[in-house]
Amino acid sequence: MTEIIHDIGRPRAAPGLGLAGDAHVGLLRQVLNILTRSPLATVGASILLAWSLLALLAPWVSPYPPNRIDVALVADPYPSAAHWLGVDHLGRDILSRLIWGARTVLTVAPIAVLGAVVLGVFLGLVSGYRGGFIDAVIMRIGDTLLAFPKIILYLIIIAKFGASAFNIIAVITLSSAPIIARIVRGVTLDVKNRDYVAAARMRGESALFIMFVEILPNARGPLIVDFFLRLGYTTIAIGVLGFLGVGLPPPDPDWGGMVKEAYGMIFVWPHMTIIPALAISSLVIGANFLATGLREASLDG
Amino acid sequence: MLRYSAKQLLNMALTLFAVSFLVFALNELSPGDVARKILGPYASESQVDHLTVQMGLDRPAIVRYFEYMGKALTGDFGDSIVFRMPVADLMFDRLGNTLLLAAISFAVIVPLSVVLGVLAGMRERGWFDRTISVFSSMCASIPEFAMGVFLLGIFVVWLGWLPGTSPLRSDSGWAIWMQFVLPVLVVTFYDAGYLIAMVRSSMVEVMRQPYIRTALLKGMSFNRVVSRHALRNALITPFTVILLQLNYLVSGLVVVETLFAYPGFGRMMLEAALAKDIAVIEAGTLIAVSVTMLTQLFGDLGYMALDPRIRV
Amino acid sequence: MADVLAFENVSIAYDHRSGRQNILRDVSFTIADGEALGLVGESGCGKSTVALAAMRYLPRGMSIVEGRILVEGRDTAGLTDHELSRIRGNRIAMVYQDPMSSLNPVMPIGRQLMEVPLLHGETDEAAAFRRAVAMLEEVRLPGAAAMMERYPHQLSGGQQQRVVIAMALMAEPALLIMDEPTTGLDVTIEAAILELVRELRAKFGTAILFISHNLGTVARICDRIGVLYAGRLVETGNIASVFHAPAHPYTRGLLGALPRLHGGRRRGRLRPIEGTIAAADRARMGCAFAPRCVYAVRHECEERPVPMVPANGSDAHLARCVRLDAIRASAADAPTIGNDEPVAGDAPILLSVRNLTKEYKLGGMFGGTGKVVRALTDVDLDARAGETLAIVGESGCGKSTLAKIISGLLTATSGEALIGGTDVATIPVDIRPPDLRRQVQMVFQNPDSTLNPSHSIAYALTRPLRLLRNLANRDAKAEVSKLLAQVRLPADMAERMPHQLSGGQRQRVAIARALAGNPGLMVADEPVSALDVSVQAAILNLLAELLESSQLGLVLISHDLALVRHMADRVAVMYLGRIVEYGPVEQVFAPPYHPYTAALLAAAPTPDPDAEPPDRVLEGSMPSPTDVIVGCPFASRCPERIAGLCETTPPPVRRFGEHRIACHLDLDGTPAQPAAETGGRVGIRSSIS
Repeated sequence: MTEIIHDIGRPRAAPGLGLAGDAHVGLLRQVLNILTRSPLATVGASILLAWSLLALLAPWVSPYPPNRIDVALVADPYPSAAHWLGVDHLGRDILSRLIWGARTVLTVAPIAVLGAVVLGVFLGLVSGYRGGFIDAVIMRIGDTLLAFPKIILYLIIIAKFGASAFNIIAVITLSSAPIIARIVRGVTLDVKNRDYVAAARMRGESALFIMFVEILPNARGPLIVDFFLRLGYTTIAIGVLGFLGVGLPPPDPDWGGMVKEAYGMIFVWPHMTIIPALAISSLVIGANFLATGLREASLDG
Repeated sequence: MLRYSAKQLLNMALTLFAVSFLVFALNELSPGDVARKILGPYASESQVDHLTVQMGLDRPAIVRYFEYMGKALTGDFGDSIVFRMPVADLMFDRLGNTLLLAAISFAVIVPLSVVLGVLAGMRERGWFDRTISVFSSMCASIPEFAMGVFLLGIFVVWLGWLPGTSPLRSDSGWAIWMQFVLPVLVVTFYDAGYLIAMVRSSMVEVMRQPYIRTALLKGMSFNRVVSRHALRNALITPFTVILLQLNYLVSGLVVVETLFAYPGFGRMMLEAALAKDIAVIEAGTLIAVSVTMLTQLFGDLGYMALDPRIRV
Repeated sequence: MADVLAFENVSIAYDHRSGRQNILRDVSFTIADGEALGLVGESGCGKSTVALAAMRYLPRGMSIVEGRILVEGRDTAGLTDHELSRIRGNRIAMVYQDPMSSLNPVMPIGRQLMEVPLLHGETDEAAAFRRAVAMLEEVRLPGAAAMMERYPHQLSGGQQQRVVIAMALMAEPALLIMDEPTTGLDVTIEAAILELVRELRAKFGTAILFISHNLGTVARICDRIGVLYAGRLVETGNIASVFHAPAHPYTRGLLGALPRLHGGRRRGRLRPIEGTIAAADRARMGCAFAPRCVYAVRHECEERPVPMVPANGSDAHLARCVRLDAIRASAADAPTIGNDEPVAGDAPILLSVRNLTKEYKLGGMFGGTGKVVRALTDVDLDARAGETLAIVGESGCGKSTLAKIISGLLTATSGEALIGGTDVATIPVDIRPPDLRRQVQMVFQNPDSTLNPSHSIAYALTRPLRLLRNLANRDAKAEVSKLLAQVRLPADMAERMPHQLSGGQRQRVAIARALAGNPGLMVADEPVSALDVSVQAAILNLLAELLESSQLGLVLISHDLALVRHMADRVAVMYLGRIVEYGPVEQVFAPPYHPYTAALLAAAPTPDPDAEPPDRVLEGSMPSPTDVIVGCPFASRCPERIAGLCETTPPPVRRFGEHRIACHLDLDGTPAQPAAETGGRVGIRSSIS
């Protein structure tokens, strides 16, 4: 179960350099610049963009309502001109369910990651800049949270509170924030000894100003790379929970859930499982390619 | 080194203590719930109250916690309400199965990742490096259940070469070792994808160091520089991460176990969570957290042995 | 016999996505057996590329597009990897700039040394071991056999560089390439390494290609010199000829831009070379230096390739310039005007430091090692309005700690630092009252980290104006232009980001930022040490102008004695957290000296080929700041140590008017403290040649 545990199994070395110091160029030009330099990032960004557009335009582009059941169709569920990707065991159009399912995952995953970023950035800045006792306490709590394998943390929470979108977001935020906090703390420890931070202290800037205006912008490179990596892993996590049957409640389409529902029928109708599995893989590949491409492009300077 | 280990072990004990208390608190602070879970939704209030008193659940949580911990230290984790057997028996049986799968996977993943990662990283941006980078990135991007579905589609549904389930019983018509092939493959693809990238980037970093240039300009051949000077340096950083894969391999196999109906630790935890089988969840959490912390300790010690710059 | 190394019209280019960039253009030189050639130039001139090309080890994307490189008469172009590996380390060996990173951190140094003979013919491990030990003894490493087991991180920087040199000499190569071998080392360590190189050269007869940005180190080692500018050799010749009669305007500029140790005048103007090297200069058809050259004539210099021509009628001294006659005919370079009047000493005191001590405990939360680092011990000094107080010493002497305590970035353990009657020694800058904070501002060393890469120049200057002078946003904007003009930068610089500025420009912005609050005292921590010589001169001139036109006091932290001689009114020499000598600059730089000051002066490399090499170099390195020092802190390295006294008794402070020296030696001063028992009178050298 993949990334859910992964952050513990795999403490990622904080990505090194970032896209630092190019604020003047304008974000858009900077992004285009990187995309032209890195084919990997271009492929990744295209995949993410395509799924995002489909999700955004779901009511217009989806050929059928996602939950419309038509048992008559199950006689020949395979892909056809009317149903490009075929229908599932209840005769629901798979393409439509994928498009609507993209909506779910592309809402829940970014919110969960952003929550983790906000919490992690704040804790990391305070921990790194203040140091001493506060640092020790924050890091200790983070370590304790990280000692729980993520899946177990989640199972404990659903055993107590049940499965819901909110609980998924909460558990991902809680378990990712300590890792982001570590990345930010690392950058902070480095940057706070730079001369420009000393200069800021010498003109009387407040600690909050120094943390958020002087230090944080210099962490944006590693944070952007980490955001996309984490987006990919969170997508996996949501899919895995769906597959295990402890994810978002039915009947709304959820890619992991689609795989689970059809898994028992893989010998009869393999496309019902394989197609949603491909969909979720493609989205994660997009996020990971974009992250890897961005990191390479920023390291090349 | 001894002092460091002792300190870390003490640290571990404290964290375990905190973790166990947290889990206990989360699950058992409202005692009525426990009896209600056991008796089901149709039992009357008085039946629930009666059971609560009978089980001693009306006593203060802190007392019950220490009682629980006392028993746990002697190996008694209570009884599972789902599996209807002592938690200890159940857990060690399941843990044994999972450890077997984990050990086989680990033995495949580690050499594979180190070899491919080093070969890719020693010539940065060569054709092999680019191929491996894309390959490993894709492997790490495909969730295990998706990879399982793909492999199952090919090897079971289409080719019919391998069994689709791995219940570890010989009466299923397939040799036991064949039942391991698919689970190990699925775990390997996903986990090696990540480890290869990790080893590769460490190798790339090392190959850029001035001491590699020093060695080349001594007149040493490239291959010898890689084996004599780069290899050990390149494995320092990934070493800890490699060891930490053991955590994933112990508690993270729930997907693979579910895919292939493998009777392991992860699936036990999933079933316990779905059925709110608290005794199992508590014991399983303690085990999982202990494994995490132990591997961390071994990781740190190994790291120190590899890198002479680190001394405590 | 063929030359050990010959470059014949070598051009090297770097192919990049955006096109081809010239790195070296038409570079030709030879190094004869046993000869030492120095190659100097500023950053980015291509000098390291020369070293790597000689080894036939170019970074990816770089290639030789023209010319030949011959090693002992063999063209290296056609050699296979295997043939190359028999030249590398065997016929040519290399010593690198950063010794720590050039050594494998996880392999004992003995093994790294033994690899060289084992790669080049030696088959017997034991014999290789013996040779490695013998070579470690040659480079004067104490306890050579035990040293074999150590890892690089267990050695000091100077020791590491000795190991790298030993490794390079293991196969007794015909040519030793040294790429900035002493950059980053302290001046006394540098002097010892240079002496070692001279000795080893005499003993082994190895030819040397010595690459450096520092003219002084080249003067000390080399027979001949080549000056590189923007990828081209612009002048070559014998050391004496080039240093005494530089022909090319760039060489003349480099020599004119250096502050001199023996100039004897305070705050004269140096002659900086205007402008900077532009990337386009490398591609010019004509003279690459023309855009910065005061003698350049457009059609002569820029429209056709400029050949190397004899400079002073001799083929041994060549310069790539078509205007040599005109330059010779022009008036000699204007002397730098300075003054050496003794400072009046009645200017108001801005900062008064008394008995300042800084200690901190090592170790973490659980007790730690119990060791105490004494970063500063009983420091006393005054800084006055309109004067420059220089604090000089080697790394780890506590000079930066002192600067940080004055500025409030650190706090002292005890003692006081009075600014306008307030003791700020233990008040961190974050809680200093605004007016006190405004009083002291700081200029930092590293131009790469002095400005926040995420914010514009306007931001860097507006924030202090708003916070320290309470200016409204609009007023602050107007003031930014004034500040930029004050440091000779155009007003439109405000819109730029730091990475669009050169190092010198960033340092100017940093000075403007320090001036923004109208401080009384400016603390500058090594403000020019990361800059190229020509840029450094312009910054020093700027500081000198600012000081003359205001009552600003300057505390200047530096390791560079020539710079201190040039800028300072008063000097404090620090060693191991203590001031060992203090006084007006002309007195500190004249006898009597503290033995440490004398050693520093002797070690400082001067760009003068006639200067005698130091007759004695200091052994060892500074004690650890955790060592408990009972007597004189310098006793462990002092060549004049009085046995039985210096190690056990703190030295008395001898006063000569305002000049004071903490030393047991009888310096014919007036002991201010009860004279210590002297075990015998030892004279001190009265002058340094």
